[in-house]
Amino acid sequence: MTARYVAPVLMGLFMLALWEGLVRAMAIPSYILPGPILVAKTLVSDWGTLWPALLVTLRITLEALVAAVLVGVSLALLFSLSRWIELSLFPYAIILQVTPIVAIAPLIIAWVDDVNVSLLICAWLVAFFPILSNTVLGLRSVDRNLLDLFELYGASRWRTLIDLRLPAALPYFLGGLRISGGLALIGAVVAEFVAGSGGRESGLAYRILESGYQLKIPRMFAALVLISLAGIAIYLLLALVSHLSLRRWHESALSEE
Amino acid sequence: MLLVRVRDVSRVFANGVQALGGASLDIGTGEFLSVLGPSGCGKSTLLRLIAGLAEPSAGTIDWPQGRPDIGFVFQEPTLMPWTTTLGNVALPLKLRGQARSEREARAAEALAGVGLQGFEKSYPRELSGGMKMRVSIARALVTAPRLLLMDEPFAALDEITRRKLNTDLLALWERTRFTAVFVTHSVFESVFLSQRIAVMSARPGRVRSELAIPAPYPRTETFGTSAEYAAHCRLASAQLSEAMAA
Ligand SMILES: Nc1ncnc2c1ncn2[C@@H]1O[C@H](COP(=O)(O)OP(=O)(O)O)[C@@H](O)[C@H]1O
Ligand SMILES: [Mg+2]
Repeated sequence: MTARYVAPVLMGLFMLALWEGLVRAMAIPSYILPGPILVAKTLVSDWGTLWPALLVTLRITLEALVAAVLVGVSLALLFSLSRWIELSLFPYAIILQVTPIVAIAPLIIAWVDDVNVSLLICAWLVAFFPILSNTVLGLRSVDRNLLDLFELYGASRWRTLIDLRLPAALPYFLGGLRISGGLALIGAVVAEFVAGSGGRESGLAYRILESGYQLKIPRMFAALVLISLAGIAIYLLLALVSHLSLRRWHESALSEE
Repeated sequence: MLLVRVRDVSRVFANGVQALGGASLDIGTGEFLSVLGPSGCGKSTLLRLIAGLAEPSAGTIDWPQGRPDIGFVFQEPTLMPWTTTLGNVALPLKLRGQARSEREARAAEALAGVGLQGFEKSYPRELSGGMKMRVSIARALVTAPRLLLMDEPFAALDEITRRKLNTDLLALWERTRFTAVFVTHSVFESVFLSQRIAVMSARPGRVRSELAIPAPYPRTETFGTSAEYAAHCRLASAQLSEAMAA
């Protein structure tokens, strides 16, 4: 049990030590590869620039995720109501999903005046599909016999949706949400890269670009670390949400006794 | 008194499979009837037609006294995993718009009726297969239906649990005398439980013969080991072979 936590931590520490040791032993200049200690120091010293940038990126990520949930779930509900709507719209949702965001981002940024809005749209585009497809699958994966039971007792379509389809779809939706959380962050970062310095407020990706131009490589690494940490935090948070909402009944949330 | 009259009912599915080919059956108020037939002969289809969950392709289903409240028990417990035992049993009442306090009181009563008092707050995953089936029966009985349709409800359970549930089901039936239609592919189960057995032929299914089991209730283990029981089983078994050969 403890090995599950100890082993990766030890491995991480070992890799960091190796990295620091190599950088020192080979006297690699910090503009090529800064050691982890220097990166940590930069993280502290440049906190005044990095923290606001992190907040900007996180805000876009969060807004995109909320929009992805709203649109994804609404579309999924619409699809479950009408086979025709699903047949006519689903292929386009897939096209949006498979088109690389870096390819569309410049267009969106050119078309939309407000850079923040265009960043939001890009992040949303990347994030909404897993929620849509998972929720559609969940709404459809309802036990046939339970559907019969609801019909037997004369339940309306609305009641069946609220009391049967939505709870049955919840584990699927939460699975999609966990994937989308990470994707929203990736979408936000990619869009920031494409947008460059366009915005008034600059996110972490812009800080990375800027540090690259100015050869402030340690700061670049520090920003990178922050993005990774943000991604991990989002994942853990959504995993927790998922666990808390399913722990009473779903197999995926059961502890292994 | 006649509760349901099934006449020449056929059912053809969209893929061309004909599940039922002219099945006829009378079901009397308050009787315990078993429908016995090989797997795939259309027993489930027949139950769904009686329950009104599907329409016959041909033939009629009449209710001389009007259509009663119906309870349905599936082969699997078919419980909602996200809610408690009490919530599952109260579902039919909820769907009929009954107030929470009232429906939960009646659900608790129904749970006690199947011997599950104290498990109201348990989730389905915390229950054994037999207990889940009891919850499923309690849910079907919570509306006090005059007709209880059961589709091989104990087929997936082990022998010992099945026997216990058979006895308890009979006790419930003797107490309230709802009309019971019990689908099974087990000769022994059908003879032990019912007053009358309708034997179905292989697909496309229809009722080939009927058989009365005049033994008195309550039926206990003693009945299950009697020569009378064995004789009825032999007879039912012979009729089943005949129906399958036809
Ligand atoms: N929805 C359906 N569509 C097509 N075929 C079906 C459907 N439901 C049942 N069948 C077929 O009809 C036949 C009878 O099914 P069923 O009534 O479930 O039999 P039983 O309950 O006696 O085992 C089977 O061959 C089955 O494959
Ligand atoms: Mg069946």
